[in-house]
Amino acid sequence: MKDTLLPVAHVFALVMMVFAVTMLAPLVMAIWELDPALWSFVMSAGATFVLGALLWLTTRRFKRELKTRDGLMLVALTWVALPAVAGFPLWKFLPINFTDAYFEAASGLTTTGGTVLSGLEFLPRSINLWRHLLSWLGGMGIIVLAVAILPMLGVGGMQIYRAEMPGPMKDSKLTPRIGQTAKLLWAVYAGLTGACIVCLKFAGMNWFDAVCHGFSALALGGFSTYDASIGHFNSVQIEMVLTVFQILAALNFATHYLAWSQRGVTAYFRDAEAKAVLGVLVVSCVGIALFLVLKGTYPDFPTALRHATFNVVSIATDSGLHTQDYSRWPIFAPMWMIFLSCIVASSGSTGGGVKMIRTLVLAKQANRELNMLVHPNMVRPLKVGGVVIANRVVFAVLAFVFLYFMSIVTLIFVQLASGLDFLTSLTAIIACINNAGPGLGLVGPGSNYGVLTDFQTWVCSIAMLLGRLEVFTLLVLFTPTLWRK
Amino acid sequence: MKIIILGAGQVGRTAAYHLSREEANDVTVIDVNEEILRDLQDRLDIRTVNGNAASPRILEAAGIASTDILVALTNSDEVNMLACQIAWTLYRTPKKIARVRSADYTERDRLFGENGVAVDVWISPEQLVTEYVARLIRYPGALQVLDFADGRVRLVGIRALSGGPLVGQALRTLRDHIPTADARVAAIYRAGRSIKPEGETVIEDGDEVFFLAARKHIRVVMKEMRREEAPARRVVIAGGGNIGFRLASELEDKNQVKLIERDSRRARRVSELLNRTIVLHGDAADEELLLEENIDSTDVFAALTNSEEANILSAMLAKRLGAHKVMALINKPSYAELIESGSIDVAISPQTITIGSLLAHVRRGDVVRVHSLRRGAAEALEVVVHGDADSSKVIGRSIEDIALPEGTTLGAVVRGEDVIIAHHDTTVQPDDHLILFLTDRRHIDAVEKLFQGSASFL
Repeated sequence: MKDTLLPVAHVFALVMMVFAVTMLAPLVMAIWELDPALWSFVMSAGATFVLGALLWLTTRRFKRELKTRDGLMLVALTWVALPAVAGFPLWKFLPINFTDAYFEAASGLTTTGGTVLSGLEFLPRSINLWRHLLSWLGGMGIIVLAVAILPMLGVGGMQIYRAEMPGPMKDSKLTPRIGQTAKLLWAVYAGLTGACIVCLKFAGMNWFDAVCHGFSALALGGFSTYDASIGHFNSVQIEMVLTVFQILAALNFATHYLAWSQRGVTAYFRDAEAKAVLGVLVVSCVGIALFLVLKGTYPDFPTALRHATFNVVSIATDSGLHTQDYSRWPIFAPMWMIFLSCIVASSGSTGGGVKMIRTLVLAKQANRELNMLVHPNMVRPLKVGGVVIANRVVFAVLAFVFLYFMSIVTLIFVQLASGLDFLTSLTAIIACINNAGPGLGLVGPGSNYGVLTDFQTWVCSIAMLLGRLEVFTLLVLFTPTLWRK
Repeated sequence: MKIIILGAGQVGRTAAYHLSREEANDVTVIDVNEEILRDLQDRLDIRTVNGNAASPRILEAAGIASTDILVALTNSDEVNMLACQIAWTLYRTPKKIARVRSADYTERDRLFGENGVAVDVWISPEQLVTEYVARLIRYPGALQVLDFADGRVRLVGIRALSGGPLVGQALRTLRDHIPTADARVAAIYRAGRSIKPEGETVIEDGDEVFFLAARKHIRVVMKEMRREEAPARRVVIAGGGNIGFRLASELEDKNQVKLIERDSRRARRVSELLNRTIVLHGDAADEELLLEENIDSTDVFAALTNSEEANILSAMLAKRLGAHKVMALINKPSYAELIESGSIDVAISPQTITIGSLLAHVRRGDVVRVHSLRRGAAEALEVVVHGDADSSKVIGRSIEDIALPEGTTLGAVVRGEDVIIAHHDTTVQPDDHLILFLTDRRHIDAVEKLFQGSASFL
């Protein structure tokens, strides 16, 4: 136990110190604005850095190359512990208890975007910046960031990169060195974020809102600086900018890199996942718009299309920004959106859920089984986008989907047992595990997670972490083999 | 440097390991076997591409267009040469190294180069290993004999034994012992740890000593470290594969060679090609056969089959039956460590022998030869210095004034045809070849920088 945990703690200490540095951003903001949260940030940043440094010094003797199991443990440990650290300034400054602070920080880091806070527009800007910065850091992954900027992780870097990066096939690297790959992904991510911020500014936001919502959009986080979310702006331009960037963020960032390095869009056409994502989104937006007109929710098609497009894209990509209280739409529409949130985001994107690639693999596998019934001797490899998927990957996908589904069911039962109503339990768990944000019922877009009891809030926090780490990385902590010598 | 390695066989994997652990190198490995690649990727920070090494499409996927060095190490000579040709014709890859085993190709100089197959450097691991073993047999008592400057200077690793006049004495006294010859002790390993060799250092029984000397002086210096052994006359080789066969044909004129091969057809073929060697059909681990062939009066028994486990066992058996000195070809580094402390005298690692010739090409500066030592922890290299006293940090200075990184010894200077054993007042001149010994490979960066000269000159 000592031999396993201490080398991991040594690297974790480094991650903590990097994380403390990121707290300087809200700290500078607080100095700039002379706002009352300054002291909370000074304390948090100082304490995090000093704790990290102490841990680093005391565990220095145990430094060694990380093995696969260490990688898993490091990532799980980081994701469980960091929300507590990140929630500290919120807990210190706002009138909320630790449970809610942990939830809020976890919701940011996992890019879920569900909040327990109301009156967001009246919070100090430093607090809002911190919430959005958490989303942004968690979007591409705090561990991937550590791999990019800490040079000595080497092979161990690959192990932890794989434990954090979403998607079933993680062996393909953009460059031979994992550190280089992580740097490129972060560069693409930061570049797109910058572009989004500038576009939002031109679409009519002030710089602060543009930065915050740019972070939200690219991380598919879903935090906003207003209770009414994007509905506050009531601007078609802003909605269009955000829609485009949310779709971009829901595609594989490796594809963005390829497209950029080849100076062309052919990379997107070769990416079977990207095509499926776009197809599903277009059909759903138009379909729901028609449905809403038919049901009389909106008087004319253009209005219906505008609202359907923004909200469907936002929920389906697991972002969670919204312009309308879509929980008042006829129940088919919001349920369809929540269903989409399970499958739409690509692997290697910042979105959550099962990921489009796994959906495609499962669909093809189902199709293969059907064909095998008719032609028992048929030989047919499973192909997605012309590339053969190894059976090993198919099995892993099946196991993943089973675990994902069972996690959802179990947590829903826990919520029901705690006394929450059915619609809220169902949608809160699905929205949390998919890192989508708002659910329906009590936690719908018109309300927030503040109404839940402490116990129910913790269950939601667990769901978010499970979803962000794609179940395996977190569940593996509870397997006895990991802890055996 | 961006490097593509073709083939993830034993040599390819070792090359990937050695090259990728240097921060400056970006390594991509191509192989047809996906499982090996997955395993490799788990352990090394490299990229892998699954597919045929000579296919332009696969090479492109591995990023051939921006690659500096292509190292073709698949087990097919033809694939290796074709891949290099493709890399040159389509992508103008600056440096192409190919493993070419068949002497049929390598004997013909005109085949490679400007108007021939676009291979800049060919290496034949079998050839390198054969030469290595042949040198060991020529110098009985040596653990390692490595060539520099076309063999004018040799680095010899030897285990000091009481009985040698220098053992128990300070290094300083070496000149008094042998006034006619000159040598420089580059490193001493005592119980696995390196000791800095200085004038006052006393050599103890059991030390592993590395020294540099001109070729003609080696025997004299070796005699100082341990009692001289009679030159090997009777050699038994187990395994008539590529290496065993080449070794036999190289030794058979001067030694009495017996070769044991298990496969009757191969034995027949080998016996047709060899002239004086006695080829025996049988199992090298067969006690009866070994006794019948007078194993107890054998000077050297070399187990060189494909199977390292069989090599270890037959070498141990031969030792027990009375062979004077036994060697075994071993691929796994962990095995090599295990057995060198046991009854086997020398573990021969083909990868360590081969990797040196690859490393010479990825080093910055004009490095002409690299030998990897002690399973890659130490390194000996031959560097050519260019420039003048202004552009270089070493030219025009005496050796005591050169700021060598920790654990680095400058052992010898080769100036034209002359070999000068380095002393504190030796002055470095332009175009000298310097022979360096690094006990810790991690300082290689500092060494490269020191000898690279200023950018303006390059």
